[in-house]
Amino acid sequence: MGGYIPSTEAERREMLASIGLASPEELFRQVPESIRFPHISMEGGLSEMEVSREMEEISEKNRVYRSVFRGAGAYDHYIPAIVPAVTSKETFVTAYTPYQAEISQGVLQSIFEYQTMICELTGMDVSNASVYDGATAAAEAVRMTVDTRRMAALVADTIHPMVLETVQTYADGAGVEIRRVPSKGGRCDLDALREMLVEDVACVLLQSPNFFGLVEDGDSVVALAHANQSKAILSVNPIACALYKTPGEMGADIAVGEGQPLGMPLSFGGPYLGFMASTSALMRKLPGRIVGQTTDLEGKRAYVLTLQAREQHIRREKALSNICSNQALCAMTAAVYMAAMGGEGMRQAARACHAKAAYLRAALEKAGFAPVHQGEFFHEFLTECPVEPERVLSALANQGILGGLPVNGGILWCATEKCSRAEMDRLARIAREAVG
Amino acid sequence: MAYHIPEELLYTKSHEWVRFDEDGTALVGITDFAQHSLGDIVFINLPEQGQHAAAGEQLADVESVKAVEGILSPVTGTVLCVNEALDEAPEAVNEDPYGAWIVRIGDIAGRGELLDAAQYRAHVEQEEA
Amino acid sequence: MKLLFERSREGSGCAILPPLDVPECLPSPELMRKTPLRLPQVAEVDLSRHYAALEKRAFGVNDGFYPLGSCTMKYNPKVNEQIAALPGFAKLHPLSDERDVQGAMEVYFRAGTCLAAITGMDYMTFQAAAGAHGEFLGLLLIRAYHRDRGDFARKKILVPDSAHGTNPASAAMAGFEVVSIPSTADGRVDLEALRMAAGPDTAGLMLTNPNTLGIFDENILEITRIVHAAGGLNYYDGANLNAIMGVARPGDMGFDVVHLNLHKTFSTPHGGGGPGSGAVGVKAFLADFLPRRQVRKELGGYHFVDPPKSVGAVKAFYGNFAVVVKAFAYLLSLGPDGVRQAAECAVLNANYLMHALRPGYTPAIEGMCMHEFVLSLEALKRETGVSALDVAKGMIDGGMHPPTMYFPMIVHEALMLEPTETESRQTLDWAAGVMLEILRKARENPESLHAAPVTAPVRRLDEVTAARRPVLRYPF
Repeated sequence: MGGYIPSTEAERREMLASIGLASPEELFRQVPESIRFPHISMEGGLSEMEVSREMEEISEKNRVYRSVFRGAGAYDHYIPAIVPAVTSKETFVTAYTPYQAEISQGVLQSIFEYQTMICELTGMDVSNASVYDGATAAAEAVRMTVDTRRMAALVADTIHPMVLETVQTYADGAGVEIRRVPSKGGRCDLDALREMLVEDVACVLLQSPNFFGLVEDGDSVVALAHANQSKAILSVNPIACALYKTPGEMGADIAVGEGQPLGMPLSFGGPYLGFMASTSALMRKLPGRIVGQTTDLEGKRAYVLTLQAREQHIRREKALSNICSNQALCAMTAAVYMAAMGGEGMRQAARACHAKAAYLRAALEKAGFAPVHQGEFFHEFLTECPVEPERVLSALANQGILGGLPVNGGILWCATEKCSRAEMDRLARIAREAVG
Repeated sequence: MAYHIPEELLYTKSHEWVRFDEDGTALVGITDFAQHSLGDIVFINLPEQGQHAAAGEQLADVESVKAVEGILSPVTGTVLCVNEALDEAPEAVNEDPYGAWIVRIGDIAGRGELLDAAQYRAHVEQEEA
Repeated sequence: MKLLFERSREGSGCAILPPLDVPECLPSPELMRKTPLRLPQVAEVDLSRHYAALEKRAFGVNDGFYPLGSCTMKYNPKVNEQIAALPGFAKLHPLSDERDVQGAMEVYFRAGTCLAAITGMDYMTFQAAAGAHGEFLGLLLIRAYHRDRGDFARKKILVPDSAHGTNPASAAMAGFEVVSIPSTADGRVDLEALRMAAGPDTAGLMLTNPNTLGIFDENILEITRIVHAAGGLNYYDGANLNAIMGVARPGDMGFDVVHLNLHKTFSTPHGGGGPGSGAVGVKAFLADFLPRRQVRKELGGYHFVDPPKSVGAVKAFYGNFAVVVKAFAYLLSLGPDGVRQAAECAVLNANYLMHALRPGYTPAIEGMCMHEFVLSLEALKRETGVSALDVAKGMIDGGMHPPTMYFPMIVHEALMLEPTETESRQTLDWAAGVMLEILRKARENPESLHAAPVTAPVRRLDEVTAARRPVLRYPF
C-alpha cells in the first residue's frame, strides 16, 4: 500500500484502542453520514517502480529539443551544475516558511543574500523575497502605486501579452483601470504616452527589452511619468540587467521581472520566480515576505522575516496583497546562479546573448527573413516570414531545432549564450531551404 | 494596571488623546494604554500634510512587530503637520506617549465623542475587566 | 556566519561560459549599465561549502518532526523529485506546439481528473501558484458568475473569524467587502449569525472545514444551504483537506469552488516557503469563467482552450507544472484507497498525540479533533509566566520544529499541532514526552524556558529593531 505511512496496521489498531475507538471509521463521527465515505473513482494505487515507469512513459510523449531558439518569456540558458546540486539539498527542499528564525537561519540568510543580489542587479534600494512569477510581480507592482485619487495604470502595449493579461486580471479585482499605451515601430509611443499621462494615472508599466526584444527608451518613460507625479514601473530581463542601464539608473520606482533565466529550467512554464525591487520610499508597500538583518540576544548577527505588519496574517482584509508565500527555492536557485556566474559571468552571458542574437538576425536576413523592427534589441527579434511560419518551424523541428514563436504572421526568434555559431548557421540554412 | 492619564487632556474611546491649543489647533497622539497594549511600536504610518481628517475615521496607523492598529481622528479638520521625528524613532511613542504627538490638526470643524480624564480612566478600567 | 559577499575575493570565481564564437557586438554606450555589478566572486568549492553550512542552519521535514499546524508538513517522497526532473518534463518550453507536449498536458488532465474525484468537483485548473493565489482566483470566479447574471449587488464575502488571514485578504483583493462571522464557544460557525448576515448582498462564504481549530463542523450541510438560499456561492479553503480526503468531498458538502494546496495535502515539498501550487476546482456551472489555457481532452489528443467568459489569467503560462507533476506521481501511488488511508492515519495521529498530551495540556476545544488540534496555554501562562512562545522555543531545544503559534487568533496562547500521517507512533510518543518534560520545566524552572532555545545556531532575535530600522540588504 502506498501512502508513505510508517506505522504498521497492528500499531494503528493499538493507537485506536488507546483513544477508545474500535475502527478508523469512528474517527469521522463528526462528518454527516449522508456524505461520509463516498465512492471515489480514480486511478492509482501503484508501487514506486510502477509510478516511475508510468511517469517516464508520459514524459516520453513530450518532445525535447536540443536546440532552442524560442524565448517569449521563458529562456533556455545554461544552468551551472552547482545550481541544482545546492537547491536539491533535502533540508532546503523540505523546510517550510522560516517562521522559527532560530532554526531557519540557513533559509533566511539565503533570502537576504538573494535580496541583496536583486538590488545589485536592478540598481534598486530594496527587494522582497520574491513572488510567483514575472507577471504577478508586475500586477502586484501596479497595486502598490494606486490610491483613491489615482486609480488608473498605463501599460505599454509592447509588454508580454501574458503579463498584460495578468496585470489586467489583478486590476479588475482592485477596480483599477488599465489603459494601454500604443506602440510605434515596436516601441512605446512616447507622444501618445505624454497625452495619456493625466491626473488619475498612478503609474506607467513598461517592459524593456519588450516583447519583441527591443530596448525601450526607459529614461524618457520614467521622466514623463514623474513629471505627472506618477510612478514608473520597469519590467526587465535579469540577464540583460548585467549589461544594460538598470531600472535604478533610469530612476524607476519599482523594478520587476521574470527570474526564470537565473538558473531555472523551462519546466513547461513553472515554477518560475517573480522578482520585485523598489526605492526605499516604497519599501513598506512591497508585498510578500521580506528578510531583514538583526541580532540575537547575545549580539550575534542573524536574519528574520520583518516588516510583517504589511502582510495578510496581520492586516487581513486591509493588506495590500494576499500573498503569504514566496518562491523561496527558486529565489535560492537565482542566488546560486548569480553567485556562480559572478558579475563578470553575468555580463559575459548578456553579451553572448546579444552578440548571438545579432549574428542570427543577420543570418536570417540573408536567408530571406527580414527584420520587422529597427534599432537596439537584446536577444530577441521579430522577422517577417516569406511563407507560412508553420512550414519553416516544422522543417526546423524535423532537424531537432525548436524555432522561434509565430507572432503576427512573422517569427519571434531568441538566441541565448547556449546557441553555437554552427547551430545558428544550420538553422539559417534549413530556414532558407524551407522558404525556397 | 495603572496607566498615566494626564488631567488636562481629552480622550477618545479608541485611545487617542487630544489637546486643544489656544491658536485653535489640536494636537493628537495615542494614550499610555494604547502604546502599552500594542507593545514595541516599530512604525507609524503618518498621514500627509493637508489631508482631510474626519472625526472617528482613520487618520494613521501604528505597527508593532505582530499587530497593526488604526489611529482614529478625534476631530474633523485638516492635517497641519505631522511629527516626522517618529519616522526615525517610533519608539518615542512607547517612551513618552503624551510627549510624542502624532499630528496637529487645524481648521477644526467638529469634534467626535471626547472623554475627560476621569471618564477615560473609567473606560480603560472597563476594557481591562 | 559569513555572507556570500564576505567570502568574495577579487578575481575568484567559476569558469562557466566559453569564449564567444561570433563577432562581439555591444549595445550603444548610452544604453549600457554604468554601475558596477557587485555579485560575489567565489570559487565553486567556496559556494558549495557556503550552502552546505546554510543547510546545517535550517530545519526541514527530513530533519525531524515538524507538527506545524495548518501547513501539513508530511514527508515528501523522493521518487516524485526524480520524476519532475526528467528531461521530458524539465526541458519543455511553455510555448511549445501542442503536439510536442501531449505528455505534459496529459499530466494536467489526469491530475485534474483525480483531484476532481477527490473533491467532488467537475473541473480543476492549475494556474494558481499557491493557496492564497487559488483563493484570489476562486473569488474572481464567484464575482464573474454573479456579474454574468447581471447581479452587481453581491459585494460581500462572509468569512468566519477563525479563518486564515489570507481569506479576508483574498476577498479584498478580488474587490469584495469582508463580513466576519463569529464562532460559537465550541468552535463552530454561529448559524444564527450566519443567517443574519446572508442576504441579497452576499456573494459567497469562504470556509475551511475542518476549521482552523481542527473541528469538522457537523452543521456543514446547513451552513452551505443557508448561503445558497441567500443566492451566494460556497468557497472551500482546502488548507485542511488532508483530514478528509477520501472520507468526505467538498462537492458533496455544498461547495461550488475549492482550492487545494498541492504542497500540503499532496506531498509536494514546501521549499522553504515555495513554490507550491493552488489547484482550483469548480462545479460545472462555473466552467465558462475559468482562467485561460485550460487543458481539454478531445479526439486526437489534448488541447488548450480559453473558456468563453474567462476571468483572464492570474499568472503567465499554465501553472507551477513541476509541482503538479510531483502531486500527480503522489496520486498515482496512493490511489483511492491510499488517499483515504492517509486521511484516516492523519486524524488518528492527531487524536493520539492530543490524548498523549492530556496529562498536562488543555485542548482549546474538548472532544475529538480531525487532523490537527489547538492547545490553549492560557492557564500555564497565568500560573508560571511561561507563554506559548516559550514552550515553542523549548521544543526547538527538544529537537523538533515548533507548532504554529498564536493561531487561530480566537484562542489565547494557542499552539496548533498537526502531526500528519507520515509520523510513526514512536515519534508521537517521543514528541509527547518532550512536551510534557517542557511542562515540568515550566513549573520548576520557568527561566530556562524564557531563555530557550539554547541549542539552535542563534538565540532569540531582536525583531523590534529589525522592523524599526530595517536592514534588508548587505551594505557592502
